[in-house]
Amino acid sequence: MIIGIGTETGGDDAAGLAVARRLREWGVEALDYSGEVLGLMDLWEGAASVILVDAMRSGKPPGAIVVLDAGHAPLAGEEFPISTHGLGLFETLALAAELDRLPARVVIYGLEGRNFEPGGDMSPEVLAAVEEAARRIAREVAGCTNPG
Amino acid sequence: MSDGAAKKSSRTIKVDYLARVEGESALRVRLRGDRVEDVKLEIFEPPRLFEAFLRGRHFSEAPDITARICGICPIAYQMSAVHALERALGIVIDPAVRALRRLFYCGEWIESHALHVFLLHAPDFLGCQDAFEMARDHRAVVEQGLRIKKIGNHLVTVMGGREIHPISAAVGGFYRVPGPRELTALVEDLKWARDASIEAARLVAGFEFPDFEQDYEFVALSHPDEYPINEGRLVSNLGLDIDAGEFEDHFIERHVKHSNALQAQLRRRGSYLVGPLARFNLNFQKLPQVARQAAEDCGLALPCRNPFRSILVRLIEIVFACDEALRIIEAYEPPSAPLIEAAPRAGAGVAVTEAPRGILYHRYEIDQKGLIQAAKIIPPTSQNQKRIEEDLWRLVPQFLDRPQEEVTWRCEQAIRNYDPCISCSTHFLKLHLEREEDPPWGDLSGGAGLQPGHEA
Repeated sequence: MIIGIGTETGGDDAAGLAVARRLREWGVEALDYSGEVLGLMDLWEGAASVILVDAMRSGKPPGAIVVLDAGHAPLAGEEFPISTHGLGLFETLALAAELDRLPARVVIYGLEGRNFEPGGDMSPEVLAAVEEAARRIAREVAGCTNPG
Repeated sequence: MSDGAAKKSSRTIKVDYLARVEGESALRVRLRGDRVEDVKLEIFEPPRLFEAFLRGRHFSEAPDITARICGICPIAYQMSAVHALERALGIVIDPAVRALRRLFYCGEWIESHALHVFLLHAPDFLGCQDAFEMARDHRAVVEQGLRIKKIGNHLVTVMGGREIHPISAAVGGFYRVPGPRELTALVEDLKWARDASIEAARLVAGFEFPDFEQDYEFVALSHPDEYPINEGRLVSNLGLDIDAGEFEDHFIERHVKHSNALQAQLRRRGSYLVGPLARFNLNFQKLPQVARQAAEDCGLALPCRNPFRSILVRLIEIVFACDEALRIIEAYEPPSAPLIEAAPRAGAGVAVTEAPRGILYHRYEIDQKGLIQAAKIIPPTSQNQKRIEEDLWRLVPQFLDRPQEEVTWRCEQAIRNYDPCISCSTHFLKLHLEREEDPPWGDLSGGAGLQPGHEA
């Protein structure tokens, strides 16, 4: 299961949704998710493997892509500060783990954003990162032969 | 602070909950000896950015745009937007549409309150550091809360077409209304959620609440026949009784130096309190019997002036919202005119609805083409901001002899009482305690750290 997280009109906050959209154009199933992140627990119920894509703001250069495996390194919780979300992404993952509701495999693609203002456009660096992340995810999942 | 030397130095309690977002939202309480010298709550407030974004857009886009302001309460933003724009356009909606909007809003109250009660607020009372610790030590309670929340989410999805950022609400009604079967499928879950909330209220009634009664001016909507959600006059316990259209005659917004948010105040009276505690105190008699009984069973007497008890009031409001949803579903017949298309015309309109956190004010001006010329949004958190600061002024001295960690924790708790929507990260507060010899903000005279009772 692939889930793009973000806000459509939130500038670079739309990055996760843009990746999901690109994947769908290539025939890869991917869902959109906006808003309160705790609801992800219901969305991924029953899935064995989940790839989450979200914008982040961690001080890295805009467009940087970070790939994290939720099953490994402890999650710091500092990189995904999207303001419209309820519990943060990492807090939701930790809570899900505590409640045995975390899929066996969770991989997070974080795309460093620059502009999170409502109504803003995605930055050029982030647009490029969207393409790159979509390609990498498409390669990772089965069933996509020509991911752009 | 017990010794004389310490009393000469200043102590700063700093709670950075939004260091991750904009780096500018925080609570700072400065103490000198046994005196509170200043309280500053800094808030980053997304709605202000949206006011600019709305200008020049067609009125029909407003419900979708405003729904993106908050992931927790998108329906509140949609509802205030559609009601205000309908006033501007002279649209009178079908009564069945109004009932459906109320139902829609019930779903949001359920999910928002459940999130706050079970995952954010309860850990404070159960001695848990956060939701994870609570999940470990009180798993059944967390699971129960998540299930109630999910039922609210489900109602919102059925009504809104999507769970978050619902898309079916429109100026003039709904683009799509549910069939009776879609709604009756929710009945069993809603009954369960109502019972589970009553059970949870009994549990929460046994929590230990700090002795902290405050003399608030409560402000909420009031309707002759209903517990208020999206219609009514704006009233207070000190005699306010106005139409939403008079809001800006009675309430003013002040820029404060330490926050990019505007603080709303009542003219000549100062701070006021909005949200569950205000609604409950001003509208108790309008609650259905099942909710009134649940309140009485857990010792909630009128007036309830202890903000720490707001957790109980939220549970009573979940009981209400479930019961009200069941009532609306039982009586439901799809509206004959689900959507009234209106010709654009120049005009202005305002509306106030009850978001889970309190009254949410919207005002729009549109031109003859239907384009928005001006938008004003006053969210509940900016209305409560001054009141939160005043609670802290009064609360901190009660705990001055306690370790700094405890004072800080009490401050966090006092903020959480209000369920502030401060970019929604407040439940995992990042704490930084500092002891400073020199005041960190320089001269405060004439600054924004107002004394309690300061008049506007």
